[in-house]
Amino acid sequence: MSDLSQIVQFFFTGITIGSIYAMVGLGFNIIYNATGIINFAQGEFVMLGGMVMVWLTASCNLPLPLGFMLAVLIVTITGAAFERFAIYPLKKPPALILIIITLAGSIIFKGAAMLVWGKQTYSLPHFSGEEPLHLLGATILPQALWVIGILMAVVGLLAFFFNFTMLGKAMRACSVNPVAASLVGINVKRIVLLSFAMSAGIGAAAGIAFTPIVLMEFDRGALLGLKGFCAAVLGGLGNGTGAVIAGLLIGVLESFGTGYISSEYKDAIALGVLLAVLLVRPSGLMGSREAASLKEF
Amino acid sequence: MVKRYLPIVAFGCAAALLPLVCKDPYYLGILVFIGIYSIATMGLNLLMGYAGQISLGHAAFYALGAYTTGLLTAKYRVPFLPALVAAVIITAAIAYLIGMACLRLRGHYLAVATLAVGEIIFICLNAAVGFTGGPSGLAGIPSIEVGGFSFDSDFKMYYLVWSLFILLFLMTGNIINSRSGRALRSLHSSQTAAAAMGVNVISLKVQVFVLSAVYAALAGVLYGHSVTFISPQVSDLMFSVRLLTMIVVGGMGHLWGGVIGAALLTLLPEALSAFQDYEMVIYGSILLAMVMFLPDGLMGAFENLYKKMVKVVRARGNG
Amino acid sequence: MKKLIFSAMVSLACVSSAWSAETYKVGAVLAVSGPAALLGEPERNTVKMLEEQINAAGGINGHRLEVIIEDNEGDEAKAVMKVKKLINDKVVAIIGPTRSGDTMAVIPIIEKAQIPLVSCAAAADIVKPVKKWVFKSPQSDADAVRRIYEKMKALGLSKAAIMSGTTGFGTAGREQLKKFAAEYGITIVADETYVPKDTDMTAQLTKIKGTDAQAIINWEIVPAQTTVMKNKKQLGMTMPLFQSHGFGNIKYAQDAGDAAEGVLFPCGRLLAVSSLPDTNPQKALLAKYKKDYEEKFKADVSTFGGHGYDAFMLVVEALKAVGPDSSKIRDYMENKKGFVGTAGIFNYSAEDHCGLDKNSFEMLTVKSGKIVVAQ
Repeated sequence: MSDLSQIVQFFFTGITIGSIYAMVGLGFNIIYNATGIINFAQGEFVMLGGMVMVWLTASCNLPLPLGFMLAVLIVTITGAAFERFAIYPLKKPPALILIIITLAGSIIFKGAAMLVWGKQTYSLPHFSGEEPLHLLGATILPQALWVIGILMAVVGLLAFFFNFTMLGKAMRACSVNPVAASLVGINVKRIVLLSFAMSAGIGAAAGIAFTPIVLMEFDRGALLGLKGFCAAVLGGLGNGTGAVIAGLLIGVLESFGTGYISSEYKDAIALGVLLAVLLVRPSGLMGSREAASLKEF
Repeated sequence: MVKRYLPIVAFGCAAALLPLVCKDPYYLGILVFIGIYSIATMGLNLLMGYAGQISLGHAAFYALGAYTTGLLTAKYRVPFLPALVAAVIITAAIAYLIGMACLRLRGHYLAVATLAVGEIIFICLNAAVGFTGGPSGLAGIPSIEVGGFSFDSDFKMYYLVWSLFILLFLMTGNIINSRSGRALRSLHSSQTAAAAMGVNVISLKVQVFVLSAVYAALAGVLYGHSVTFISPQVSDLMFSVRLLTMIVVGGMGHLWGGVIGAALLTLLPEALSAFQDYEMVIYGSILLAMVMFLPDGLMGAFENLYKKMVKVVRARGNG
Repeated sequence: MKKLIFSAMVSLACVSSAWSAETYKVGAVLAVSGPAALLGEPERNTVKMLEEQINAAGGINGHRLEVIIEDNEGDEAKAVMKVKKLINDKVVAIIGPTRSGDTMAVIPIIEKAQIPLVSCAAAADIVKPVKKWVFKSPQSDADAVRRIYEKMKALGLSKAAIMSGTTGFGTAGREQLKKFAAEYGITIVADETYVPKDTDMTAQLTKIKGTDAQAIINWEIVPAQTTVMKNKKQLGMTMPLFQSHGFGNIKYAQDAGDAAEGVLFPCGRLLAVSSLPDTNPQKALLAKYKKDYEEKFKADVSTFGGHGYDAFMLVVEALKAVGPDSSKIRDYMENKKGFVGTAGIFNYSAEDHCGLDKNSFEMLTVKSGKIVVAQ
């Protein structure tokens, strides 16, 4: 395999996994922007998306597109329910408590998934066939293109939502200043609910798209969540575009790192990046320094 | 003065007499583990309850302690006490670096940074097969030997662990009631106000973080020499979460919170062994429920109840 | 009234004397939940099933058999606690633990308590150097490696790329692969590792693609085994792929679909029992186990459950022969020869507490989604 095609191969692998990190990072950002908290259960939404989809298609025999939409809907509702049940009832909880709540939530989701689906891995059929495509001397699965495509669709939808709809603008207002937002009549509590719902939905879509490539099991969420979080921080917490670029970047770094340096320390790459960012430039690549120092997180 | 020390003295007496009554190595073994976890949580409790910071990677310091003395005593035949000193220094140094880097930032970057560090240490312990034994772990760690006396049974370890616990308990109590302790508690209420009063916020937070890391390392050292085998599993994320849960259940910011939480969360699974598969869900639910309904933990609830009862009694007395 | 009490007492006495006085107690510490559950659960199921079968057939020499199963969740500290609990419960022998790390952690206690342990974990360290009271039932990874290299030689291949996971199982396998390569004239041209939870191995495989490897040897358990097969297919790599003896359940082949076709792996004969000749000494036992297990638990049988079977039945044989004396049980096991189990035919000795050699393995392959003996 020529050097160029090897590089291209690493690149393809990198952007595929990077798209997942990007979507998880986007989910983090949405919740962070609306509430100022980090949702440690984000990775679990990805896992749930994949698992629910497996159940819908394998046990309920639903066709793919219907299954996809229903799975996303179910996980979205789960995310909203989590918010209503665990976060909404508390009056102005300190950040410490909220962190523990989302952490507890992630453990509950993981444990529940284990009870319902057991500990084995599950597979999904590829959306449009398994025959790899050949490009520039490297191969890429059609499913990988689906993953990247879904990322772009999500980014597009979010851009439209935040810039051209009232609700989206209300969410942006909330993230800037919740007090002022409520003063102009925005129902902040509802925005929080919406943020959880959206993050869950995006996570689920990522999980469903990814499962055919890598299989899914009940404890896959933790590591994905952590790396997605690295993407969010690297891109600048709260910055959507940043998360996408950072996610792809981390995926590519991981891929090249594994290929050229060492495969044992692969996971440490994303984490190392996170630490480096925190030490050197906590506002991330695209976040603003002043905003970062003012935010309560 | 007597009132303040009464509980710990009573506890100490009870703890000292217990093994004379119950010599069963199984129960002693469990009590040794509870003691070890209590020491680890004591430090974390200082951090969470008083400094209001959260660490999701404390298992990393636990592992650092265990591996440092484990490797030094098992592979290089270093006597225990110097190995212990090395463990404390190494852990303190790493904690200092992390603390300085993260605690100057507002908010909870420490939580995430410690999460990342915990994972990185886990990965490194696994990968450095030649040095640490990798995933197969390190076997043959000798028992603690000090001045010719060897702690080679559950009975002896019990006394060592719980004596250390009591010592640290007294020390921690003194810290909290000292000037630094009051400064610490002021941090929790409002960092700005504390800074306005001349408290060096960052320096204090770092000190607490380092101290909590050292407590965890000590616990790890005791663990390693008690089980005589360690593997990277000790730095696992779930262990960090369990320590956290112990504090939340027992009571954040209460001196006794760590012990109560450790005792409950070690004994309960033994009693509930029928519900193995449900353990994760139960764990998460307990954590969630505690944090939502009893954020001050059991100790906090206990205290509130006590205060209410006192009020009722007083009201009755006056009425 | 007196008559009622008297008859109640008589019937009670009758019930309790259906069994001879003493119940034989055997303990088991298994990772039924937690990260190693895929191994621990079939082990637990198998042990329970055997307990029922034995008691239904009248127990061991008329004594009821009681198995106390403790779940240590794949956690080493808990393994220590559970073993202590079982010793407390006065069991005569202990089966398990499931994981190598858990086993290593409990060895000091076992040696001190002088109760025989038959581990279901594979690490060579468990029995090398030999510990008086510790045995194991899975095959040695060194023998699996030998079989793989033999096959490679038979196929005329000499350049191997190895991939392994960073678990105890994976690193142990990697060591053995490197150790025996020269002996079989194999050169290792690539040595990649991965974290077992890794979802994607294309980077490592891409590197291998750039070498002149003629075969890939992968050493880890699920899900990595499946992921490697899928990634390899995606990259269009056609050279033979060998898996380790951790490929112990047909599900791994099913999960990978077409990508599993042609993969070669050394394994106990359990998975390919239907393609064994009737003269094979293990066939009857394997067929019965497979049938009973799949009927009772509605799940595919696996070699992991098989290790539980072997460990348990070894102890049962010992109990039958010498009764509930830990020391005698240990001596019996150490001298046991020709013990037919699911993993092979065991021949223990004072120097060998593993009992199996490379003939316990059969080279299997996946053909049209089924596991058969490789030709």
